[in-house]
This record gives sequence, C-alpha cells and structure tokens, in this order.
Amino acid sequence: MDASLNIVIVDDSPVRAAILEEGLREAGYVNVVRIEGTTKLLARIYALDPDVILIDLENPSRDVLEQMFQVSRIVKRPVAMFVDQADSASIQASVDAGVSAYIVDGLKKERIKSILDLCISRFNAFSRLQTELEQTKSALEERKVIDRAKGILMKAKNLSEEQAYALLRKTAMNENRKIAEVAQSVVTAAELFK
Amino acid sequence: MTETRLRIGFIPLCDAAALLIAVDKGFAAAEGLDIELLREVSWSNVRDKLNIGLFDAAHLLAPVAIASSLGLGHIKVPIVAPFGLGVNGNAITVSPGLHAEMIEAADGDILDPLVTARALARIVAERKRNGAEPLTLGMTFPFSTHNYQLRFWMAAAGIDPDDDVRLVVLPPPYMVESLASGQVDAFCVGAPWNSVAVDLGVGCILHFSSEILAHAAEKVLALRAHWADENPDAVAKLVRALDRSAAFIEDPANRGEVAALLAAPHRVGVAAEVIERTLEGRLKVAPDGSTRTDKRYLLIGHNGAARPAPVQAAWLYAQMVRWGQAPLSAELLAAAKGVFRPDLFDAAVQSKGANATAPVDGIGGFAGPAFDAEDITAHLNFWALKQH
Repeated sequence: MDASLNIVIVDDSPVRAAILEEGLREAGYVNVVRIEGTTKLLARIYALDPDVILIDLENPSRDVLEQMFQVSRIVKRPVAMFVDQADSASIQASVDAGVSAYIVDGLKKERIKSILDLCISRFNAFSRLQTELEQTKSALEERKVIDRAKGILMKAKNLSEEQAYALLRKTAMNENRKIAEVAQSVVTAAELFK
Repeated sequence: MTETRLRIGFIPLCDAAALLIAVDKGFAAAEGLDIELLREVSWSNVRDKLNIGLFDAAHLLAPVAIASSLGLGHIKVPIVAPFGLGVNGNAITVSPGLHAEMIEAADGDILDPLVTARALARIVAERKRNGAEPLTLGMTFPFSTHNYQLRFWMAAAGIDPDDDVRLVVLPPPYMVESLASGQVDAFCVGAPWNSVAVDLGVGCILHFSSEILAHAAEKVLALRAHWADENPDAVAKLVRALDRSAAFIEDPANRGEVAALLAAPHRVGVAAEVIERTLEGRLKVAPDGSTRTDKRYLLIGHNGAARPAPVQAAWLYAQMVRWGQAPLSAELLAAAKGVFRPDLFDAAVQSKGANATAPVDGIGGFAGPAFDAEDITAHLNFWALKQH
C-alpha cells in the first residue's frame, strides 16, 4: 500500500466513479482525482502527473490513452499498461469487470495489485447494482401493467380484484406465459377497442 | 450441419460492411456459422478482447494486427488476417478556415497532395515565425493507417509530424465535434465521419486517402494465430461467408439495401444516404455541396481488396520503423508480412485472378520511389534523406 500514489479515474459514469473513488479513499489512497469529458484529455492527465490511470472500457477515450506509449514530444512520463505477458489472468479479470489500468513505467507491480483488485471488485459491485436496479424497475413496471389489466377486467367483466387476478393467472398458466405478458395483452387489446 | 458459434467484435464504420452484411443477409448462416456481433467503442477494447479470447475474430485496423503480432505498445499476441475487410476509405478533412488558408498558400492544383502538403508546410512555417500554436491534427490510433497516411502526406513536403504539428488520437465519433470546436484543425478518419463533418458544414474534405496511397489495406478480419491453427474449418467458412458478402456489397444493384442494413442503430448507425455515397465513392467534399468521385475511395471486395497482400503489411511495418514505433529487423519484417495470409484466403475461395487496376508496386504512393517489400531500407533511406 502506498498512500502517496497519484491516481486518476477517467469515467463518464459519475456513480461508478464515485463508488471507485470512495473505495480507494477507504483503502487509504488520498490522491485520487476524477476527470471526465474529452477536451484536451491527455493534456489534463499530464498536468495531473498520475502514477496510475483507471479508465472504464465503455469509454471511447481509451484509445486516446494509448497515445501515451508513443514516442512524442508531448509525453512527459513514459506510461505502460498494467499487464505484461505473464498477467493474462489479471487482464481477463479487468476486461470482464469493464475497467482498464495504466501505470507509469517502473512502478512495482506489487504496489499496484491492490488498486487493480479493488477496481475490479468495485466495478463488479457496480454492475451487480445496476442489474438489481434494472430488475427492480422492470418488476415495478410489471406490477403497474398487471394492476391496469386487473382494472380493465374488473370493469368489463364485473369481477372483484381477486377474481380478475385469478383469471390472469389461470390464462397465463394455460398459455404457458408470464402473468405480466397476459396483462400486457389485455391492456393492448383494451386500447384497440377504445 | 453443426453450427459453429463465433463472437466477433467490430467498430461502427462503413468498412465493417462485409462482416455486418455476412450476418444480416445470411451468408454466415449459409456456411453454418452462428455469429454474434459485438459493437465496440475503442480499438484498444477490440484488440484486448480478441487477444484474451473474449472475441473469436474482429474487425481490426490492419496496423493493430501487426503491432499485436510484434508486441508493440502492448502484449504480444500473434494475429493472422485471412481476409481484407476494406482497402482505402479514409479521407483528410480540414476546417473551412484552414481550407481557405491552404487555397491561398497553394501554388498549383489543390487536388494534388504534393501541392496541398507544400501549402500546409508554408502555413506551418508561418505559424512558427509568428509564435502561434502549432496546428493540431486528429487521427484514430497510434497504430493506424490514418496516422501513417497523414504523416506520409505531410512529410513529403518536409513537415516533421512529431515536431511541426500536433498529432492527437481522437475516437472517430468525437472527430466532428472536435473540428467544430477548434480542438483540432484537421483530421484523417474513415467513413462516414468525413461526410458527417461536411454535411454539418464544419469541414471540407481535402483528400481521399486513395489520392495519397492508391491501394492501402485498412481493416482486416483478425484472428488469433493459435485459434486459426486449431479451427481451419471455421476460418475457411468465415472467409467464404465474407467473400460472398463482399460480392453482394459490390453489386451496385444491392447498394440501397446494403446501405439501409448498415444504417441500423446497432450496426453503423448513420443515415443510409451517407453510407450509399460512401460505397459509391461519390462524396460531398465541401459544405457548398460540391462532390468528388473516386471509384477507389473505399474498396470492399473489388479490385482484389479481399485478398490480404503481404506487401501491405511490409509498407505498414516500414511506417512503424520510420516513425520510431518499431526497431528495424529482417525478423520483424518477416513477422509483419506473415500476419497477412493470402494462403488462408486462397484455401477458402477461388481467387478472382490478377488485379489489373492495382498499382505496380502494390501501394501507389503519391510521392517517392516505388515501394519494394523486399527492401524496405531503400524506402526508409529515401525518406530519411528527404527530411534534411
């Protein structure tokens, strides 16, 4: 662990970047800066003079960072990616998680390992969170559709709420479909008959 | 027939057409291939996902395939290219302001790349004298045809691309807004981005890359060499599917359908009309609506574009050496040439005979002596001398 390392996060997702930043701070890294946008990206990175750069793989600006390897007058410090021939497992893990890391040349791998591991676990946590959020959202949507279908059936067939739901469930079972799908058909049909 | 499942990565560009149409028109399915296309946002991602096996194949910049095989800039993973997805197709677009300056500074036909390069050299020198910021030019990747084409063009008039101007990498989707905002003064990029800049009135196309180099390998179908060795049947099927797809694309009767398929949001995702112009090689070059036509603008399948030519790999490796990205050695040259695999192409499809329209040296550079793949030192020496 080396608290003095300068870490730059390039991520256009503010939530994920915040999760990552928080994780790094909790782990004791105090010099963490997050940058976004594309304007003069390399110049801003060079100005911050980082030891480690973390970038999400959904970010097209990753190609911009590749220019840091080039012999060119704008390069102030040589930078190399945190992967070498022996590191295919860590490339695999980071690509799976959706993050990539670049470090200054000469920095010992052991000093950086904990950062990359933390990154991978936070990125994975973020995508789990996102999946859960989407599932909750769609569950909520399904609930709404079912409620609307129940209302339509209650009115059209003069049923109680329980009876309307039982009808939806029975139809779904008979047709081997989800209740929400049957409910959506009812809503769609009702709209056509309007 | 058992289905072979393949995951193939691509970047949304017109020269991914042979791959995209092979899937959308069923040429891949006809070969028993079940292809999942994965749209990517950066060449680094495509390279890494191919290298670690998340992709079985990829639409890749020809120089990246070579750099990966030689271990330049990244880990070394040998790649083979059994099929050329596109030849040419880039263009150099400049801001209207710079375009006007170039016309002013030109001492001849502005369609002649040597005339424009000299005009640019005068503007660059003038800026230096006045202590103005150097011009900034965008390209897509350090190991890209765009990078080498810009450099080859400028250096022909004595401009040092590393010292006299700023060359910056920009993702293609950001090129147009960067030109509009003045972050760059010019860029070299593939279709459809030059047309998009012209249509928005923020750029003028100065040159098609086919005016700089008559025949330049642009994107290849890239496979891990190891995977290709172990799956010869899948390689042959893939090459056949792509070859039939390319033949379908090059038939003018299919152009409207091809453009409509490529225009879909999950494919290239720009207006079908722009894609159609690109495939025809008839581009609007200035905001006033003037057009220029070059049948060689983007070659998919025709003019021998599909058959990988090792001379192309040799030229690209020579540029890597020329600009300090790679050391010069006979071994590396041989390894670079070995990335392009006409033998795999020939094993899968009937070669359509000699390419009558190809330039004599296989490259057709607008300046300098003919390129000799057996003697790249001559090429390097000629240009090294020209610099001083």
